[in-house]
Formats: sequence, structure tokens, C-alpha cells
Amino acid sequence: MFSGDQIVSMLQDVGITHVVTLPDSTLGQWESAIETGGIALIRVCREGEAWAVAAGLHLGGAAPLVMIQCTGLFESGDALRNVLHDWKLPIPSIIGYRSYLNQETLPGDTCLVFTEPILRAWQIDYRLITGPAQYPEMVDHLREGRTDGNPRAVLIAEGRA
Amino acid sequence: MSGTAKLSLIQALQTLHAVRRDGDVVISAMGAAREWMALGTNPLDLVFVPSSMGQATSLGLGLALARPDRRVIVLSGDGGTLMNLGSLITITACAPTNLVILVFDNGVYEVTGAQPTPASAAGRSGRDRIGFSGLARASGFPSVFRFGSNAEWANRIEEVLSAPGPVFGLLEVAPTIGAPGPRPPGPAPERARKFMAALQSSPSPTR
Repeated sequence: MFSGDQIVSMLQDVGITHVVTLPDSTLGQWESAIETGGIALIRVCREGEAWAVAAGLHLGGAAPLVMIQCTGLFESGDALRNVLHDWKLPIPSIIGYRSYLNQETLPGDTCLVFTEPILRAWQIDYRLITGPAQYPEMVDHLREGRTDGNPRAVLIAEGRA
Repeated sequence: MSGTAKLSLIQALQTLHAVRRDGDVVISAMGAAREWMALGTNPLDLVFVPSSMGQATSLGLGLALARPDRRVIVLSGDGGTLMNLGSLITITACAPTNLVILVFDNGVYEVTGAQPTPASAAGRSGRDRIGFSGLARASGFPSVFRFGSNAEWANRIEEVLSAPGPVFGLLEVAPTIGAPGPRPPGPAPERARKFMAALQSSPSPTR
């Protein structure tokens, strides 16, 4: 849906300094563009780590963003609860929405059942992005989070798992 | 933890407290946080309570990367380390030279009633024991230390803190049976703001 260059442009526009990530087949395609675009890329071993690494970066004065698949969102619940709600650190995120556009490789993927209810349960203000035309909306949503100090997410619809 | 551990958590932290530089950041979690708080306050202390258990090492990594001018010391436990072993790999992948991880290994989940961890001899069917310093070496830490006595820790602490980072130090301590969990020393968001302000305003030590 988006090229690496588009994602880098958005991150620069929003003022992101670090991307803390664990890839999926969509998000991973942006890694090299992010690295060559002058934004530090931090690869974690499991998604829960990403929120705490981002918290440390934020406390140190950087402007991190967490980029993970929705399955990683499920995995990292307690870590994000602590960072976003206990400490109230406004860490933005890009969440890959597995199988939203195409269930060929995982018919009946339960990511479609749980992803949005879980985002709502964690009280994360998110925008579902299902097509390239929503690029400006995605940028605005993350930019507003930087100015109002609230954690925001963009949920990017993905195709095959 | 070794059955003959001679280190006392409190004494080990007192030793660290005595040599900690003004500009050093100290992140503390669980039992270590409880005892570290009792030694006094410093604007660059981040008492990681409430926490997501196991995430202190990751928090320290982020801080060390954002502030390479600071030495960042993380005080964690063996139970927390087990919850986030992957963070050891993430740390060495990023390789911040200013990060010191100190793991206080007492072999138990102390604040929940001293149940054995699955890494301790008491928690394993074979009564063998997982060595955290070996895990740290295998994870790629360039400097790994292990201490089982207060005297040895006191004699070498400066070497630990000045070793090429990231540094991993294992301190085999006796559990403090019946000790309560740490209490947060105030609302977390307010402490985060004060910590960030202190980090901005206090002079950086020469690393």
C-alpha cells in the first residue's frame, strides 16, 4: 500500500527519531528505507520489549515510534499498558493488520476478530488505514498525537500473512 | 542462586550507592528498587514501579541509546531477567557502551513469597542451575562479571562500572524472605516528568 519512502517521509514529517520494530511481511519491506532515511531502527526480539525501549528513548528526549504486527500487539499487552497508561508516555505506533485485505494464506484469521477490540480495550486512539488515499489522514493522526501528547496508532491493513 | 551466596542485596546496593556518580542514571525494579529507595533519592533515579515485569533492561536500553553521554545502570532481578531474556540480545545488537545491567540473582520470586524460579536449582527437576553469566556471554555482552561475596563486589565495582559496555554483572544474593514488594514513590507520570527535567538540566559526567 505504501512504499518505504512514503513511510520515511511520514516519519520525518511527524518528527520521529527512532523506530522500534519487529517486522512482518509488510512492515519489514520498509526497514532499509527507514535506515537510509536517517531514522534509527531498533530491532527487538519480541514486541513487548519495543514499548519499554521506546519508553526509555522518550524519557531520554528522543521521539520513538513502535512498529509491529497486530499479533505483536497481542503479545505486548502488559508492556504497553505500563508505558501508555501507568507512565502516560505518548508513544505512537504503526500496527500491521494481518489478513485484513486478503485471507488467502490464513483463512479465518482471528486477527480480524481481535485486533480492533483489543486496541479499543487498551484505549488507544487509532485510525484504520485501508488504502493509499488515506496517507494524509495517517500523517495527520500521528502528528496530532505528537502535539497533544496522547499515544496514537495507525492500523495499516495488510494482505497475505 | 548459589546455596552458599554470601552477598547481601542491601550491602551490594550500598556499595553501588557509594560510588555512583551524580550524573549516572539508575533504573531500579522489584526488590532492588525497594532497597535502593531506602538509600536516599536522586533526581536521576528512575524507580521502575509500577513496572511491566522484566522490562527494566529494555527501558535502560532506550535511555542509554537516547543519552550516550550518560552512564545508565539497571538494577534488575533474576525473575525479571527470565521474563525478557531476548532483551539481552537486543541490547548487544544495539551495543550501547554506556549501559550497565546488574542482575541480583536470589533464585526466587521474592515479593510473591519466595517461590523458586525455573532457573534456580530448586525450581528444576534435575536440580541443575542456569547460569545467567553464561547466558550473558552467549548473548554477546563484551564484559561479564559474576560475584558471590560482598568483598569481591566492593573490590571490583569500579572495574565493572568502567568496563567496555554494554556490561552485564551478576550478583548472587540471598533472598530477603518476607520482604514486601516495592511501593511507588509517587505518581508515575509526575515522576517521569521530573526525571526528564533532571536529565535535561543536570551536567553529564565524562564517560
